Amino acid sequence: MTFWLLLTVNSVTFGGLLFLLSAGFSLIFGLMRIPNLTHGSMFMVGAYLGTTFFSGALGFTLNFWLGAILTALEVAVLGALMERLLLRRLAGQQLAQVLVTLGVSFMVADLCLMAWGGDPISVETPPGLGGFIRIGTAAAPLYRLAIIGIAVVFAIALWLMLERTRLGAMIRAGVDDPQMARVVGIRVSQLFTIVFGLGAGLAGFAGVIGSPILSVYPGLDQDMLPLALVVVILGGTGSLLGSFVGSIIVGFIYNFGQALVPELAYFILFLPMVLVLVLRPQGLFGGQVL
Amino acid sequence: MIARRIAIAVAILALIAVPYAITEAYYVNIASQILLYAIFALGLNILVGYAGLVSLGHAGLFGVASYAVASLLVLGYGHTVAILAALVIGLLFTAGFAALSLRATGISFIMITLALGEILWGLAYRWISLTNGDNGVNVSTRPMPFGIALTSAPAFYDMTLIVFVLAVAATAIFVRSPFGAALAGTRDQPRRMNALGFHVWMIRFGAFMFSGLLTAVAGILFVYYNKFISPQTLALPASAEALLMVISGGAGTLLGPIVGAALVVIIKNVVSAYVVRWNFMLGAIFVAIVVFMPEGIVPGVARLSRSAWRAMSGAKKIVQVVEPKP
Repeated sequence: MTFWLLLTVNSVTFGGLLFLLSAGFSLIFGLMRIPNLTHGSMFMVGAYLGTTFFSGALGFTLNFWLGAILTALEVAVLGALMERLLLRRLAGQQLAQVLVTLGVSFMVADLCLMAWGGDPISVETPPGLGGFIRIGTAAAPLYRLAIIGIAVVFAIALWLMLERTRLGAMIRAGVDDPQMARVVGIRVSQLFTIVFGLGAGLAGFAGVIGSPILSVYPGLDQDMLPLALVVVILGGTGSLLGSFVGSIIVGFIYNFGQALVPELAYFILFLPMVLVLVLRPQGLFGGQVL
Repeated sequence: MIARRIAIAVAILALIAVPYAITEAYYVNIASQILLYAIFALGLNILVGYAGLVSLGHAGLFGVASYAVASLLVLGYGHTVAILAALVIGLLFTAGFAALSLRATGISFIMITLALGEILWGLAYRWISLTNGDNGVNVSTRPMPFGIALTSAPAFYDMTLIVFVLAVAATAIFVRSPFGAALAGTRDQPRRMNALGFHVWMIRFGAFMFSGLLTAVAGILFVYYNKFISPQTLALPASAEALLMVISGGAGTLLGPIVGAALVVIIKNVVSAYVVRWNFMLGAIFVAIVVFMPEGIVPGVARLSRSAWRAMSGAKKIVQVVEPKP
């Protein structure tokens, strides 16, 4: 019983992290029609930057949450810069844009290896959240529950932003029909930069708050990117609800798979994706066919 | 036409002469690498260049064939069985890849092939009882076709060259056949081809199978060349490297992938001798080529030499009328 309960908590936690990662991925895909292959890199860069803030290598040690927010801002600026300086040059050429994000992801991975070395870096759970909460006979780690809370807060905030603000309305218009949005006077190319920065920032933030659970190592980007891909294929592109449900599903499959059939966990993860592709190519909640 | 035949004959003679011209085993091995990666790139180019479908999972298919050979040899089967079985297994996986990914085109096709390639990488990496995980599988011997040992570098080069010439010839025939023309049609005007009565999906599937065949052949050559296979061979950077070969040389040309393979293999080996950061270079070259020379080297050079020729022969400049794109 305890085993299953813990596994469930872990699954939901991982799902929450994946949601922070894939919400941006999904929005970027919905708006710009390209999979941002640097998304895993943004996650990893965030995690690495976080370790630097917490280790005191800069001469000071930041509070965990302050560090996470600062990192998110930095990664958001990085993402926005990449969109402005590289992707903008290739406006309208989706294939070229995808290939550029792929090239940049390799460069980022190698730069991280150069800057932070090849050894995994473990991150301590933030003070005050190292304990456990008793649920019956089981004890659930407090920090994991906190991540679930953060993910829910972000999900609600993003939903409010998309549904209740002017910016959100413009983004939704851009996702639905970019040309028409341009015609009615929305500066879609400016939205690209904003959404790209937002997505990158979310990924970086997820990297920091995920680092106490996952630890930080070279190849983290390659581990996370396919997960984001699967979530978006499952949930459908450009849909916040789709990312949320997809993330939870993937979180469950990944954790249960790893606990029950560790050798095939990675394979099982992709089965629902294959099913969705065959039965419902637009994803569970997506409007447009992939 | 005659000039072309002479050029081909000269090229083949030059390739045969390589092991005699450069006697050092290290460089002969690099030449073998170029040829086997060129076969891989030719296979990928069928999809990228002629079908207009960019695959980012081809290293998975390449690696499946390699692993099939290595695993069967470890199980005690002979080389003939291992090679034939690897071809069959490679084609079966290709069929699976094609069936799933051809539901889409464009960007979605990239995403699906990427995900499928990552599945194969994940299996190779984590299914330790089958693949020995990160430690990889060793292959101790090379086959001896007709009793000729392939242990030395020049002998293996000759073998690779024979397969390479066959692969180029097969690709040339494929591309110029009615099927190749239909394939280019599905790339440029899929709906019109559909209306004309062509089965677009079937044509793409056939192209994917041919691409998978060349990829499997290259994978088999690779495992015998390298005598070792590890999950690294299936990872995303390997797929990206192959795509870089195709795009840098010039997608949709016969010569492009070969030039691209030579370029990437040479840069990789030369650069690796001086710096450890090959992945950084790979990324940087990728970005540079996509931004500055999206057409690739072969079409780029061909365009430059044509205009140079025209300038030298003093012909009038031909003004090209470009129709506006819809």
